[in-house]
Amino acid sequence: MSMRTPLKSVRHLGSAREGAGHFVLQRMTGVANAVLAVFLVWLVAKLAGADYAAARALLRNPFVSLGLLLLILSGVMHMRLGMQVIIEDYIHGEGAKLAVLALNTFFAILIGVASVFAILKLSFGA
Amino acid sequence: MAEPKADRSRAERPLSPHLQVYRPLINMVMSIIHRITGVALYFGTILLTWWLTSAAVGPDYFNYVSSIFGSLPGRIVLFGYTWALMHHMLGGLRHFVWDTGRGFDLVTIDRLSWGTLIGSALLTAAIWYSRLTTTGVAL
Repeated sequence: MSMRTPLKSVRHLGSAREGAGHFVLQRMTGVANAVLAVFLVWLVAKLAGADYAAARALLRNPFVSLGLLLLILSGVMHMRLGMQVIIEDYIHGEGAKLAVLALNTFFAILIGVASVFAILKLSFGA
Repeated sequence: MAEPKADRSRAERPLSPHLQVYRPLINMVMSIIHRITGVALYFGTILLTWWLTSAAVGPDYFNYVSSIFGSLPGRIVLFGYTWALMHHMLGGLRHFVWDTGRGFDLVTIDRLSWGTLIGSALLTAAIWYSRLTTTGVAL
């Protein structure tokens, strides 16, 4: 066991330049999500009982597309940061942690890109 | 001389008290529920993405996916998703209050915690009640 503090091994390697970035981005996307959740509830209420033609007509509205894009992008950023904290709290093996953190990022990107693709396809004429 | 005795001494050592020695307090329970609802919403995004994709694919697949969401198990999942979203959102707003350094006295902590729980139940009920009145389908 090394008697050196962890600080010793990172000193002079340069700062990660992140600071409170994780904390702040989690709050910023949280504020956005709280507003966009109201939009989501409104959208789901409008879609209640709608058939395909009605649903597509609503999803092609540019304002609805915009709201959905913002919701998805803010949502996946927020959930990736949140899950990252959970993983770091509960998974202690260095290799397993790195692997699951990578999966977390891949999942957020997959959800984000798949949703954005679907929204744009509907918007531009599916 | 020094023999490895980590295992023996480990067994003798008293353990520091952990969660199970404390009576659950409402803010403890709301804290872990905030995390659990966060995880539920994380995986729940699959449903939203799946639904959006189905709308982009075409009417047949959209109707198929809609029928799954419209089935009783589907509606139960969506009801749970609604509550998780409302609870996590109110929990987040509570954290914003705490982020400003306010609301850390015990009375306020209790009120904010109960408010999260009761508020999320009321909002979920309101959303599903409005669904009932527009579509005539309960839960």
